[in-house]
Amino acid sequence: MSAPLLKVSDLHVSFATEEGTVKAVDGVSFELRQGEILSVVGESGCGKSVTALTVMGLSRGPNATIEGEVNLDGKDLVTLPEDELRKVRAERIAMIFQDPMTALNPVYKVGDQIVEQILAHEDVSKQEARARAVEALRAVGIPNPDRRYDHYPHEFSGGMRQRAMIALALVLEPEVLIADEPTTALDVTIQAQILRLLEQLNRERGLAVILITHDLGVVAEVADRTLVMYAGRVVEEGSLDDIFYDPQHPYTWGLLGSLTRIDQPRPRRLPSIPGAPPSLISPPRGCHFRPRCPHEFAKCSDTPRLEARLPQSPEHLDRCWLDPDEKRARRVVEGGIGLVAGAE
Amino acid sequence: MARFAVRRLANMIFVLFAISVITFLIFNVIPSGDPALRIAGRQSNEVTRAQVREDFGFNDPVYVQYLRMMEQTISGDLISYSNRVNVREELVRGIPATASLVIGAAMIWLFFGVLFGVLSALYAGRAPDRLLTVLAMVGISLPVFWVGALLLYYLTFKVTLFPAGGYVPLTEDPASWFSHLILPWFALSLVFIGFYSRLLRSNMLDVMNEDYVRTARAKGLSERRVLVRHVMRNALIPIATLFGLDFALAFGSGAILTESVFGLQGVGQYVADSVGNLDLPPIMGTTLYAAFFVVFFSAIVDIVYARLDPRVRLNP
Repeated sequence: MSAPLLKVSDLHVSFATEEGTVKAVDGVSFELRQGEILSVVGESGCGKSVTALTVMGLSRGPNATIEGEVNLDGKDLVTLPEDELRKVRAERIAMIFQDPMTALNPVYKVGDQIVEQILAHEDVSKQEARARAVEALRAVGIPNPDRRYDHYPHEFSGGMRQRAMIALALVLEPEVLIADEPTTALDVTIQAQILRLLEQLNRERGLAVILITHDLGVVAEVADRTLVMYAGRVVEEGSLDDIFYDPQHPYTWGLLGSLTRIDQPRPRRLPSIPGAPPSLISPPRGCHFRPRCPHEFAKCSDTPRLEARLPQSPEHLDRCWLDPDEKRARRVVEGGIGLVAGAE
Repeated sequence: MARFAVRRLANMIFVLFAISVITFLIFNVIPSGDPALRIAGRQSNEVTRAQVREDFGFNDPVYVQYLRMMEQTISGDLISYSNRVNVREELVRGIPATASLVIGAAMIWLFFGVLFGVLSALYAGRAPDRLLTVLAMVGISLPVFWVGALLLYYLTFKVTLFPAGGYVPLTEDPASWFSHLILPWFALSLVFIGFYSRLLRSNMLDVMNEDYVRTARAKGLSERRVLVRHVMRNALIPIATLFGLDFALAFGSGAILTESVFGLQGVGQYVADSVGNLDLPPIMGTTLYAAFFVVFFSAIVDIVYARLDPRVRLNP
């Protein structure tokens, strides 16, 4: 087991709004190891994007309060001064975003936007920067990179734009890539291509990836480990096998249960988790999933810690008070895993 | 580009034709527009006026009169009904004053409009923004003739800081040209500074929330570079459009109120006098002159816009 590259400890991020303080991230801790793909799943508003932006120092602002630590080689990115943080961005941690249609500046050539980044970090000639930008475009599978350099973002298709974003992110060879829903805005065939590309870059360059998604299908494709987030907290963390075959948290069951399966008869209705995520201004006391959980009991009004609850798998963590054996019995729904207790 | 130019030229001719017809027809239906009265004078008797009508062809069918007027307009022989002065010469005489006023004011309003807009956006919600917002609202709300009158009263009459109105040609005495124009420049640019700073402020705040600005920060660019190259570059595009049209309008028809208050004897004042006299030939001349500038500058604006925003193609 290699030492962690990036260690996030007890991160709290809240934003002051007109309605009150939104606790977007509420005590998130995780480690990113060298060369792994860590996926973060959860529904919209669960804090996964804010966590990622905070790692980049991009959630700072007059209305934001950030506590906790994001440790990269002994440097705390939460408190790092802006000018030092600027060096970390793109050189060590890069980020790509959900919508490649709007993530590139429409008024500049795609290649020039890559060159701008190179020149902001390294003292090289324009010609050399251009050559490297072309090389970066080639490396992510953009045909005719020399010609494409001079095109504007609107002349690229969605998939090509996301490739260009990846080229931009990787041109300075960072160790970490944060991909925030990189395939959500793309159609399925392009999604698969982009995921293949991320996998390939991970394998060939040892690039560590934090892959944020709400799509468990994407997780199953590429992730080594997974964090499941709900209402600002990590509710379960484990390997791909842990999460898909032995999920411990009822919210994870619900997510898995709402997947349609090709090897099962088609359900009459697509299953979903009843209710809606809680307000992050005044979240419920104790377990945040409690109001939607059919397995709630008295103990749930105390917040369960994220910890290993299965003696045989110390890396599989969850935040649920239920006894593991009890969980295994309760999560079975019609031969699969689901939230609602089936035939009792 | 060539197709664009041809298309725009055809468009311009059509617009000018339509405007001339409308101007002519409006003048023919309004009451007390009788040109014979202008020519013969108020004390004239009916016989003289009938004679004038006959001599000047006011009894001809309307379209014949229209064609005759257009012919005179194009050849530059348009003569005022009320004072028998050549319209083109009058117009040309007014251009230096109007150009001095409008070009100077435009530079001022563009500079301060952008400056205040950027400051407002950078300090959004805080004290400097609130102060600039109030100032902008005051600037927009104050009528130019009122501001002009106050300036004249306090700064030329009470305290003789500036000359009291009038225009001195630049070629004659540059220092005097300048001192005569300071107050008019200020009065004219006030409203525009207010509008431009408000518009730029909201544009900047919109652009700051764009994904590509987040990308620019994620690239590790300096905050200054993010602001100038990514935020302002995009937020200024609508300002460029607006500026082209405002400038064209002010240049073409003159800043009527400002010129009148400060007695600049420019195109705008000529427009005001002609309309006051219900004098068709100069109204026709100045209207077409203004329309020409607006159409011409909107073509320029389109070309500039396509340069500023690569997503825009010049539609021929």
